Amino acid sequence: MIAPGTPVRVREDWPETRGRCHIRTPHFLRGATGRVDRHLGDFPNPEDLAFGRPAVRLPLYHVAFDASTLWADGKPEAELLVELYEPWLEVLP
Amino acid sequence: MTLAEIETGALLGALRTLLTEKGITNPAEIAERIRITDTASPALGAAMVAKAWVDPDFRTLMLADGARAAESMGIPMRGMPPLGVLENTPEVHHLVVCTLCSCYPRAVLGYPPFWFKSTSYRARAVRDPRGVLAEWGTVLPENVRLRVVDSTADYRWMVLPMRPAGTEGWSEQALAALVDEGDMIGVTLPEAPSGAVAQAE
Repeated sequence: MIAPGTPVRVREDWPETRGRCHIRTPHFLRGATGRVDRHLGDFPNPEDLAFGRPAVRLPLYHVAFDASTLWADGKPEAELLVELYEPWLEVLP
Repeated sequence: MTLAEIETGALLGALRTLLTEKGITNPAEIAERIRITDTASPALGAAMVAKAWVDPDFRTLMLADGARAAESMGIPMRGMPPLGVLENTPEVHHLVVCTLCSCYPRAVLGYPPFWFKSTSYRARAVRDPRGVLAEWGTVLPENVRLRVVDSTADYRWMVLPMRPAGTEGWSEQALAALVDEGDMIGVTLPEAPSGAVAQAE
């Protein structure tokens, strides 16, 4: 389990380039750095559910991002809170 | 012939028949789910908001577990995703979007409004949220932090707005009438009508 406050990076991965898939991690966050806000519970992996495959339950987190770091122009001034599954998160030192 | 080429009514009929034949569900259960979906409306969420404004224990429950709070008011939540409630305060304002599709707390707000599903809202809510709010006539004070909540996965999110000034002593019913879907998505703020006579309980 990743503790609240832990800095994390969203995996810079593009399964879409390798074939059919169903991904709940928005494109604009791939590779972005944020901070775990809290654990929301464990839920069956939607990447398997979408294809009727057996789905293991994955920890789901609310992860906070400084929205001004996501695009090149330093805008907007806002916090972004997003639900992300643990396999998409790399814990940063 | 592909699935996309089959007439949708025929496809739906075949699917319903198969679901019944395989014992997964039955016509009565399908009819019940359709009834629940069709009768859900922003009035349910507004009633929850108004109750939270007048009942501190309910407010605590609603913030901790939105689905249990909804169920305690008789709103059917069985089979629904968990409901998260985001509390607006003088320091922070919440705006809800689903950038991937149109995830929406249908159990308490009904069908999403058309604009919530539009690509422009979904893109701009995260790229230029204050610009979106301004178009709705919502200008937040400089010192209020903006938190955009992207519903990407298993939760559905609704905003618990702040109770408008000038509504002291109002009944729960009168308070609920001030709250619309935009207030619970976060694009607008509930307001007491100017010159309103206090609607005491």
